[in-house]
Amino acid sequence: MRDGKPMTQKNMTGASILWECLEREGVQHVFGYPGGAILPAYDALKGSKIHHILVRHEQGATHMADGYARASGQVGVAVATSGPGATNMVTGIATAMLDSSPIVCITGQVGSKLIGSDAFQETDITGVTLPITKHNYLVTHASEVARTIREAFYVARSGRPGPVLVDITKDAQQTTCEFDWEAAKPQLPGYRPDLSPEQEEYEQALELIHNSKRPVILAGHGIIISGAMNEVREFAERAGIPVALTLLGLGAFPASHPLNLGMMGMHGEAWVNHTIQEADLLLAFGMRFDDRVTGNLKTYASNAKKIHIEIDPAEINKNVKVDVPLVGDLREVLHELLPHVETIDRSEWLDSIDKLKGDAAVRDIQNLPDSGHLYAAHVINDLWRETRDGDTVVVTDVGQHQMWEAQYYKHEKARSLITSGGLGTMGFALPAAIGAKVARPESEVWVVVGDGGFQMTLCELATIVQEKLKVHIAIINNGFLGMVRQWQEFFYERNYAATPLLNPDFAKLGEAYGIRSMTVTERSQVVPSVQAARQHDGPVLINFRVEQEDTVYPMVAAGAALHEMIRRPSKIVETAADE
Amino acid sequence: MLNTYVVYVENKPGVLTRVASLFRRRAFNIDSLTVGRTEKPEVSRMTITVDADHDQARRIEANLYKLVNVLLVENITNQPAIVRDLAMIKVAATHEARSHVLELASVFRARVVDVAPESLTIEITGAEDKIDGLLEVLRPYGVLEMVRTGIVAMRRGKSSAPVSASGSDLDVAEEDVSHSV
Repeated sequence: MRDGKPMTQKNMTGASILWECLEREGVQHVFGYPGGAILPAYDALKGSKIHHILVRHEQGATHMADGYARASGQVGVAVATSGPGATNMVTGIATAMLDSSPIVCITGQVGSKLIGSDAFQETDITGVTLPITKHNYLVTHASEVARTIREAFYVARSGRPGPVLVDITKDAQQTTCEFDWEAAKPQLPGYRPDLSPEQEEYEQALELIHNSKRPVILAGHGIIISGAMNEVREFAERAGIPVALTLLGLGAFPASHPLNLGMMGMHGEAWVNHTIQEADLLLAFGMRFDDRVTGNLKTYASNAKKIHIEIDPAEINKNVKVDVPLVGDLREVLHELLPHVETIDRSEWLDSIDKLKGDAAVRDIQNLPDSGHLYAAHVINDLWRETRDGDTVVVTDVGQHQMWEAQYYKHEKARSLITSGGLGTMGFALPAAIGAKVARPESEVWVVVGDGGFQMTLCELATIVQEKLKVHIAIINNGFLGMVRQWQEFFYERNYAATPLLNPDFAKLGEAYGIRSMTVTERSQVVPSVQAARQHDGPVLINFRVEQEDTVYPMVAAGAALHEMIRRPSKIVETAADE
Repeated sequence: MLNTYVVYVENKPGVLTRVASLFRRRAFNIDSLTVGRTEKPEVSRMTITVDADHDQARRIEANLYKLVNVLLVENITNQPAIVRDLAMIKVAATHEARSHVLELASVFRARVVDVAPESLTIEITGAEDKIDGLLEVLRPYGVLEMVRTGIVAMRRGKSSAPVSASGSDLDVAEEDVSHSV
């Protein structure tokens, strides 16, 4: 017995078993959209305690499940019908795959007898999603539902998490069988999520750490997934090693900590990239040396030894050849290492990094006085100042605003930033924020989104209203696909092909959905608008009309060496001459 | 260099696609792939040869293990192993050439499995270079058609780590499950 429920029950439909198993896996919310092949499951929903959130597009459902998972650490669930319902999920599944986010997608499928006949709304979705799921299943019998759901959740959340898709034929939902939870235990003889390093490898790592004069920790998403924030902090403090973060690592180490350097990579702080290039030891904690953080691999940290602590053995030596790989759960590996880590005075190294910081200060426009221009950096910096003391989750889309957020919003806590890193999915922010708010109703949730990405999934405004979710939306509206425009500016002779946007009046649009909306064009209005949003009992949309042709600096061009950054020209500084 | 893997997988629908898709999407170049039954009905066995350097070879192994249905991967490239390819070669063999071709087949310990007025079909089993050798000497007579299975391989001596889709020693994951749910 569990929760007073019998462990076995005769004559349950596959559809009822589905919801029963989801409940037993701890699911409280699912994000979905009904349709023919999944109708038996929707019919059985009435007997379930699970709250179903009706989305407006299945892509939104997957991003919501993803946002839910990233905000809470729990598995997010999305439901869709066969054919177009399932294919609409593809972008969201790929997004979750690249960012190791645990979601389970349930899709209806045509009846098992019809499979292969090009039946109405038939798509081979297990075939389509094979390369973008951690694993997927086609279920053709009611008796397979329970075990498959248990396996799907186990695979999604264990080891390196990821999306799992379960495609259930209509007849498997409709027919009945005996339900036996215990007997449906996962059978995954080939699945080994729990690896750990050899003793010898620990010793080699410690030797490198203790012999290093200029070490840097590269802090990635794996810290948050593993829940190793305290261990990383203890490690950094004890060993006196500065910490650079990846985009998805932001929040894994407090921004205000003296050892925090900030974000690395293509739009990372200049001093961070220089520090990495000058280091003699890189300690990669739960990160995968993505091309956006390494720049040209041939010149990447060429004088540094590398220790890679990583749960996925396939990441070892993929992009960067490492000296000591420690394959295992980061938190457990750090627990093993910590008692042996010696405190070493590295003040010389830390002082030299501080000198680098001074040289980068010119690009720091966050403290520049109001010169009549509204810069995205101003908006984000003011938003940070207003919301920094609360339990705030910022969910960003992809592009310039995403990089400015990463630069100017100082994240102190894990799971306070949710963003599409690996796949770079525009349209992610709004639905992911809905998922985050559903997972953490007590947290303040802000969407920071560009005018381009917002229009990709704005239909989910209706979901916000329908679910009465207090989600705040800050549109960083520059009338351009800003990051693409920036690439055109730098690399395509300012040929702004297909990047200017003719936008609707976003405030009117928000009002049409029943969302309180406003437009801000001057810096002086930023703080009052944020304050008004926070005080309002419901969702608020703010259309920030920012500088049209502002640029994210510094920038490492794709394929360039990490220390070869395009820096902010002095022009912008001059706009603040009225100080 | 050419690496040879023996891969044990669960005998379930779609597993071959998963393995083949992995090689394609990671841009690893399959030279040959064979799959068939084993002594255990729930386990299939693949022999895969891939052109890869040392680091790539290790990553291929790690990526194969990421597939949930993969039970065991062995890179037997540098292990003592029996490696066999099977070929059927249809050779143009008119009256005067016939005895020469038969002689060559016998030198290579190949078998003639079909005789037609204008051709002979020869079956040969062996290491790939042996088959290449036979092909080389038959070519002047005119190879009309040829099919090869790709290699199957087995380590010499004691058997590989025991593999079972429901057995004991690889059930780490399952044990874990009972704790975590």
